[in-house]
Amino acid sequence: MATIRIPPVLRAAVGGEREVSADGASVGEVLRSLADAHPETQGQLFGSDGDLNRYVNVYLNDEDVRVLDGLDTSVGERDVLVILPAMAGGAA
Amino acid sequence: MSVSGSEYVRRIKEQTAEVDPSEVRELTHEGAAIIDVRETEEWDTGHLPGARHVPRGYLESRIDGAVPDRSQRVILYCASGNRSALAANTLEELGFENVESMTGGITLWKDRGYPVDTPRTFTREQRERYSRHFLLPEIGTEGQQKLLDAKVLLLGAGGLGSPSALYLAAAGVGTLGIVDDDVVDVSNLQRQVIHTTDRVGVAKVDSAEEQIKALNPDVEVVKYQTRLDASNIMEIIEGYDVVVDGVDNFPTRYLLNDASVRLRIPVVSAAILGFEGQLSVFAPYEGPCYRCLFRQPPPAELAPSCGANGVLGVLPGTMGLLQATEVIKLVAGIGEPLIGRLLMYDALAATTTELKVRRDPECPICSREPEAISDEEMGAFPDYEAFCAAAG
Repeated sequence: MATIRIPPVLRAAVGGEREVSADGASVGEVLRSLADAHPETQGQLFGSDGDLNRYVNVYLNDEDVRVLDGLDTSVGERDVLVILPAMAGGAA
Repeated sequence: MSVSGSEYVRRIKEQTAEVDPSEVRELTHEGAAIIDVRETEEWDTGHLPGARHVPRGYLESRIDGAVPDRSQRVILYCASGNRSALAANTLEELGFENVESMTGGITLWKDRGYPVDTPRTFTREQRERYSRHFLLPEIGTEGQQKLLDAKVLLLGAGGLGSPSALYLAAAGVGTLGIVDDDVVDVSNLQRQVIHTTDRVGVAKVDSAEEQIKALNPDVEVVKYQTRLDASNIMEIIEGYDVVVDGVDNFPTRYLLNDASVRLRIPVVSAAILGFEGQLSVFAPYEGPCYRCLFRQPPPAELAPSCGANGVLGVLPGTMGLLQATEVIKLVAGIGEPLIGRLLMYDALAATTTELKVRRDPECPICSREPEAISDEEMGAFPDYEAFCAAAG
């Protein structure tokens, strides 16, 4: 199972976990397993077309999956997926 | 047999090949090494462009560093041509094959109206203040000079801006612009360390200026007590060498990105939430821009910048100082700036993660020439202020 790092804004949707594990042989499969297990993440990750929302970046280890094969990118057991939504907090 | 000093100099000058300033002027770009053998105080008042400084007293010990090749043409000069003749004699004894002394020294050079480079000198106080920088070969006097000449704009004198401003001021960044329309509130003081309890209620730009001046009077503070928006952004950021972005909302981040790409100004950007921070450097056309990283801002429910959120007080300190470090690297031209990389810091886990950020060949902004970006496009995306208001 691959590891998924959950950003602060999505933690409430996964019961406060910072990291979760999910099954799948591709980025799309792993993220869909995450959305199945934690339905609140579905609308935040995927658009109505089933593709990743443009404001969410997903990295396989340190590389943006959009420059790999997108949701079809293969994922190994030891890989880490990092979900990175834009943050703007400056604590003014 | 003894001779007088002046007789000795005369004899040495007779044996020394001399070259006229007019010829030296032609040679400055042709591979001849021009060496100023005067004392440091004389060098500081002005020297020939392209010359190197090897005081006569250090000639034997330092000439190999300045001119490693004994066959290179070497032209020495001093104030009037006496010390350079003696120095030329020494170099010939050391085996230099092609040594000349410039006739009349820098005095004749100046009389002819030829150009002189005057290095900006450091005051005694500055030599002490920046002494730990001078000891670093990567900074040295040259890097310190760059810092003193640099103009850095801080967007916000808040959580991130406070530590950045303090350390950039301490480092001797010559001009610090600060944009902030807020006043100091007691709830700021848990993290905004440039402000103080007795300045609660004071405009943040004024409070920050007071602290910066107390720390380093070398720094000129330019205050903008306003909110950055489409009507003023180009005017405010133009002329700055680096912008430090710590703004707390998406509309301004996108606006800043688009304006900084148009003006080709690098932006050192950080964001914080809770116990976590992100940091990256957006250098227009050299690396990705903010829109390459995040094409669109998230909808309001995923944009926690819309309201007040918790943040560990030291976290903006950590991230703000990483920003200040990147600014100094950009100004001094040292190290590997965080361009094309995003650093994530998790304070609770005490871990950092680095992600690659690529230029997007289809980026709506930086895939085009700066002149092609119109005023109307700057910061354009759905109205987030309305979004935030709706989200409460």
